[in-house]
Amino acid sequence: MAVDIELQGVSLGYRGRLVLTGVDFTVGAGELVGLIGPNGSGKSTIIRALTRIIAPLKGRVLIAGRDVLEIPRQELARLIGVVPQMPLLPSAFTGLEIVLMGRNPHLGLFEHEGCGDVEIVWKAMDLTGTHELARRSVGELSGGQIQSLLIARALAQETHVILLDEPTANLDIGRQIEILNLIKRLCREKNLAVLAAVHDLNLASQYCDRLVLIGDGVVCREGTPSEVLTAENIGTVYGAHNCVYTHPRNGLPVVLATGNGHTAADTAYRPGERMDS
Amino acid sequence: MNRNARHASHAAGGVSGAERAIPWGNRRCSIVCLAFGLLFIVLLALVVGSVPIPLATTIKILFSKLPFVRVEPAWRAGTDIIITEIRMPRIMMAGLVGAALAVAGAAYQGLFRNPLADPYLIGVAQGSSLGAVVGFMLPVTGRALGTGIIPLFAFAGALAATAVVYLLARQGKTLPVTTLILAGVALGSLLTSIMSYLIISSGDKMHSIVFWLMGSFSLTQWSDVRMIFGYIVIGTVVILIFARPLNVMQLDDEQAQQLGVNVEKMKLILLGAATLITASAVSFVGAIGFVGIIIPHAVRLIWGADYRFLLPLSVLSGAIFLILTDLIARTALSPAEIPVGVVTALFGAPFFLYILRKKRRVIF
Repeated sequence: MAVDIELQGVSLGYRGRLVLTGVDFTVGAGELVGLIGPNGSGKSTIIRALTRIIAPLKGRVLIAGRDVLEIPRQELARLIGVVPQMPLLPSAFTGLEIVLMGRNPHLGLFEHEGCGDVEIVWKAMDLTGTHELARRSVGELSGGQIQSLLIARALAQETHVILLDEPTANLDIGRQIEILNLIKRLCREKNLAVLAAVHDLNLASQYCDRLVLIGDGVVCREGTPSEVLTAENIGTVYGAHNCVYTHPRNGLPVVLATGNGHTAADTAYRPGERMDS
Repeated sequence: MNRNARHASHAAGGVSGAERAIPWGNRRCSIVCLAFGLLFIVLLALVVGSVPIPLATTIKILFSKLPFVRVEPAWRAGTDIIITEIRMPRIMMAGLVGAALAVAGAAYQGLFRNPLADPYLIGVAQGSSLGAVVGFMLPVTGRALGTGIIPLFAFAGALAATAVVYLLARQGKTLPVTTLILAGVALGSLLTSIMSYLIISSGDKMHSIVFWLMGSFSLTQWSDVRMIFGYIVIGTVVILIFARPLNVMQLDDEQAQQLGVNVEKMKLILLGAATLITASAVSFVGAIGFVGIIIPHAVRLIWGADYRFLLPLSVLSGAIFLILTDLIARTALSPAEIPVGVVTALFGAPFFLYILRKKRRVIF
């Protein structure tokens, strides 16, 4: 499998404050990898380093085998599409104008979007179900609609790598499943390398091929959802009481929070016992 | 790809081909209409004045100035001079300044992502006004150096003020726009207070200083137009070229970079071009207000926020607006003249408030 994203011993930080050290992982083509970890653990920082917003203090960040620091910005935007987390959007712009911005990396200074670009944009809007937002001002849209538009914009970039920062943060469960199904399908069909920072451990478990768990400034665990999502790992990194069960349909781990004052032992699930009795 | 897209559109409930076209046609058409509108306004401003000149005569005089065209002069020599030496340079100057202020205002608003930005936000106007006042205070009079020292001082003051603001706001390799605005506002206040002190201690020159500061086209000559023409045209073309990156920069810096825009380079280019044309515009006619902030918003209200249309439409609307305003300034109380800076808001503000009420849409 071709490796599209590779971090080699990367240390990241801001103004001398170290956030992450010795980060090593790869994402291959056709693979959906979830980046999980507590708030402030550095998930978004890794996305910033991959898009050359910040330079690593140590180590190398490679996209398709090339050091990102050596790739010009416009070319990098043809390799990596980003779905940012709840960004500021100019409210007077229409949905269509926002998605059209995804074609910017492909256009020279004196070019404007041709028929081919327009077709790509509409297709991205069809896939994400955002075509009816085309004429509406972004200022009138809900968080979920904006999220879908941003995914459409990243698709319009036509890149081989897509980075998503909390792609389902503002969505209801129906839209969460719809968006993640779409991402997974595109990942498989178009052989994209997808790295998603995910907050919801259960969605991460259900959809990601592999998970990278970060905490305390390092990668704590990396592997399949069953390997990473254990009560012990989660307890250590998140410092939270929790129980991990297996999903009745597909055997993937399911993480449940344990309420105030209870320990894991109090609420241990005994097989065969009805939960509501 | 082609077939897939069509297939997907059926899956999505069959959105028709016409609806899928990008709605650019109307705005392209509007640019052409406004260009003709500008031509019409120029002719109107040539004809109307304290001495009315028939349209036919005006057109004949204009044609007689073209090379290889022979028109038998059937008018008095004075008429020729009124058209070509008095009204034409004045109209050209008003058009250039209006276009420059409107497009610079739109560019600053985009650059700062701030609807309250205008061309004078980062010290250009205060610098040029202080420069002009210093010029008035000097014991030199008349039009030395061909054009007079006031415009040169105003131009130098504008560029110097912006350069200082830029150096103060720069942080390492980046230029945070909030810092730039704050540095501009602070330095602008400092320059204004120095200028106010100079004005009250200027004695009998006070009247001409205040009249200059309010802005007027009454003394415009061809040599003035020639001096700023190049700067304004080049600066405007540069801003128009970078309209698409400016669109993308309406997102935050991080998103713009992730969409392939070299944000810091873009800020420098746009800031430089907008400052150059603003400094040129104010150096002869004073810091005329209102045009630079309101024309771009009026254009946004009518045609939307896409800078690829906002910028050219602002150029044309600004030129039309200021030529019309100057026409009012010189004819309303004829033979007396009202400073054009007084007229812009007096007639412009009610018009803007009218479309603000009429067109309810998200503006910025």
